[in-house]
Amino acid sequence: MSLFSSRKTRFVEADILVIGGGFSGCGATWESRYWGRDLKIVVVEKANIERSGAVAQGLSAINCYMGMQWNENQPDDFVRYARGDLMGLVREDLVFDIARHVDATVHTFEEWGLPILKDPKNGHYMREGKWQVMIHGESYKPIIAEAARKAASTVYNRIMVTHLLMDKARPNRVAGAVGFDMRNGTFYVFRAKAVIVSAGGASHIYRPRAAGEGMGRTWYAPWSSGSAYGLLIPTGARMTQMENKIVLARFKDGYGPVGAWFLLLKSYATNAYGEKYEAAWLEQTRSIVGKYADAEPVPTCLRNHAMLEEIKAGRGPIYMQTQASLDTSEKEQTGWEDFLDMTVSQAVVWASQNIDPRNTPSELITSEPYVMGSHATCSGAWVSGPEDVAPADYQWGYNRMTTVEGLFGAGDTVGGSAHKFSSGSFTEGKLAGKSAVRYVMEQQGDAPQVDETQIRVLEELIFRPLENYRVGRNEIVAGTVAPSYISPLQGLQRLGKLMDEYAGGVSTFYVTSEPMLNRGLELLAMLKEDLGHIGAENLHQLQRAWELHHRVLTAEAVIRHTLFRQETRWPGYYYRADHPQLDDAAWHVFTSSQYDAKTDAWQMSKLPVHHIVPG
Amino acid sequence: MPTYTDMTRCDGCGECVDICPSDIMHIDPVYRRSYNIEPNFCWECYSCVKACPQHAIDVRGYADFAPLGHKVRVRREEAKGIISWKIRFRDGREKAFTFPIRTTPWGSIRPPSDYEAPAASSLSSQLLAHEPDALKVGALPSLPSFHEQAGAMP
Repeated sequence: MSLFSSRKTRFVEADILVIGGGFSGCGATWESRYWGRDLKIVVVEKANIERSGAVAQGLSAINCYMGMQWNENQPDDFVRYARGDLMGLVREDLVFDIARHVDATVHTFEEWGLPILKDPKNGHYMREGKWQVMIHGESYKPIIAEAARKAASTVYNRIMVTHLLMDKARPNRVAGAVGFDMRNGTFYVFRAKAVIVSAGGASHIYRPRAAGEGMGRTWYAPWSSGSAYGLLIPTGARMTQMENKIVLARFKDGYGPVGAWFLLLKSYATNAYGEKYEAAWLEQTRSIVGKYADAEPVPTCLRNHAMLEEIKAGRGPIYMQTQASLDTSEKEQTGWEDFLDMTVSQAVVWASQNIDPRNTPSELITSEPYVMGSHATCSGAWVSGPEDVAPADYQWGYNRMTTVEGLFGAGDTVGGSAHKFSSGSFTEGKLAGKSAVRYVMEQQGDAPQVDETQIRVLEELIFRPLENYRVGRNEIVAGTVAPSYISPLQGLQRLGKLMDEYAGGVSTFYVTSEPMLNRGLELLAMLKEDLGHIGAENLHQLQRAWELHHRVLTAEAVIRHTLFRQETRWPGYYYRADHPQLDDAAWHVFTSSQYDAKTDAWQMSKLPVHHIVPG
Repeated sequence: MPTYTDMTRCDGCGECVDICPSDIMHIDPVYRRSYNIEPNFCWECYSCVKACPQHAIDVRGYADFAPLGHKVRVRREEAKGIISWKIRFRDGREKAFTFPIRTTPWGSIRPPSDYEAPAASSLSSQLLAHEPDALKVGALPSLPSFHEQAGAMP
């Protein structure tokens, strides 16, 4: 008897369905319950919300906190900062909206039990930098997960959501989602009046620098499979800034964080000869990006750019001069906790290579590119902004609703609102949660209908990799080489290789061009065809198969947006060699795409950037 | 192999299987103990190491770049609200650190439905749960002049 015939189907009804139980999903759940006391709020998560999402391991700082109560910063200051860091292009309404609410989020976290360090002089939160506060954050995620569990009607762990469902009658109205239970293979159909996608961005669409056992040690978690985009793109939701991928300068190999070292411990980076190199590249950087080179602080991408130029000039390795700043045991503790709270691997690297930061400087490197909406980058869905501050063409209904009716986004899902980090993502989840409650209340009686035929088509599609394997493996004796299927890992490695080589990965020093991108698209088209021939040996591999689907959709959006934007806006993130300079006259705009699943066509356009915060 | 399970300590309880964010800790069907089925999808996040009641799981750094001979061991004590680390370098030097993890008892967060229900009319306001009190400033900031400004902009 095949697995297919013995499979159970389970239907779950919800008022609000939250997909992804990371920080933004937990925020969405909390807020939905606060405003929707009698609503059925269902969270679905592919791992276990206790330790899921980008903060599963913990964090050593909260990177988005204004400190309005002490008059440290105001939300409009934060908009200017995010705008400068992203080379002029952010949705200022969305960034402002998060900034004005985020302090309340952080105060609530502290009340729940998150240890936030205090400055002994005045009792304020201890600042790491202008926007960051230091925390003992090993249990950051378990604390937030406890709050979400107490807010949800039900949390479904270990369910991989593969597709969103659309309403039977209205093609632009979301109706729910489908997926499968990774433990027993049950097919799940969620029907909901509103859906909040709070899934993750994408690691592993570019081949990582470590290609062996260490390939899992990407800076961004290997379980961040681009589901935020892979779920939305097939619905035709408008996406924005998908070319704005992020590259991180971090401690080499472990990808340990550098924020506390640069900002709090006042450490600094040099080339191999002990020389500070950033200022030396300023003139050259101005020749690419003009006035943006002089933004304060130096934009994240431009700091990468200086490091890359220095390495290309043969003056690497680049070092963080840790020994120059660790002059007390307190500072040594801070330095180690920075890793142990959030990137234990860096401590492992140091222990294994006999690097004691009190005595020895430590190498820095730039990572492979990732696609995210929450860090120093803003890829994601085009969403409606807050009523009181969003320009008219940035709003069409409910705050954080995508261009699909009833479909909301938060965290990495939402484009244009950079620098959310953990606290801002939770806050954006809250914004989406309240908005979704209002939507459900105001659309009383409008329960969307799912199409039984669509559900059965999807069921067959979702479980097909198990069938491909079951049938195809009879052709071979043993091993991983089969003529009729490839494994999810083999597909992932093909994706990583082509993105790396053609779409601006590490092997070309992040350089790409129109001919390279077009060649990448040709190869990606064949990979998309081969996705119908993925073989999954078991349910775990079936999860990997659908993560690959989400990554491939994300990758195609990245290539198409990168092709569309004919300039080099963020040197240090990527370079268009055929358009090597920033071009504000033509490209001071957001890029936009809408995918039509029926015709497999992408419609690209420009959207205006409105500067609503002066200065 | 990033995480690995000690054969003599593991009792097959499955806590690591339940917690792993990457779904790579599985129970071996023959030995009835856990193992890492996909080391190249391990982030070394230590979720399983911390969750193991038998302290049976350890990490050997990625073979690509971590020479042998190191140890980074951890004990996470929820009741005490602390986590303790012991680091041993390849050359034998050791360091130990202890940090707090939580200031309140586990399970003590009040559910949102414990708070007084907000007025239906406030559903259309810009305020979120616990605001404006939780902001610790008088009122939620806005950009009141924006619409006038926008009128003046080209």
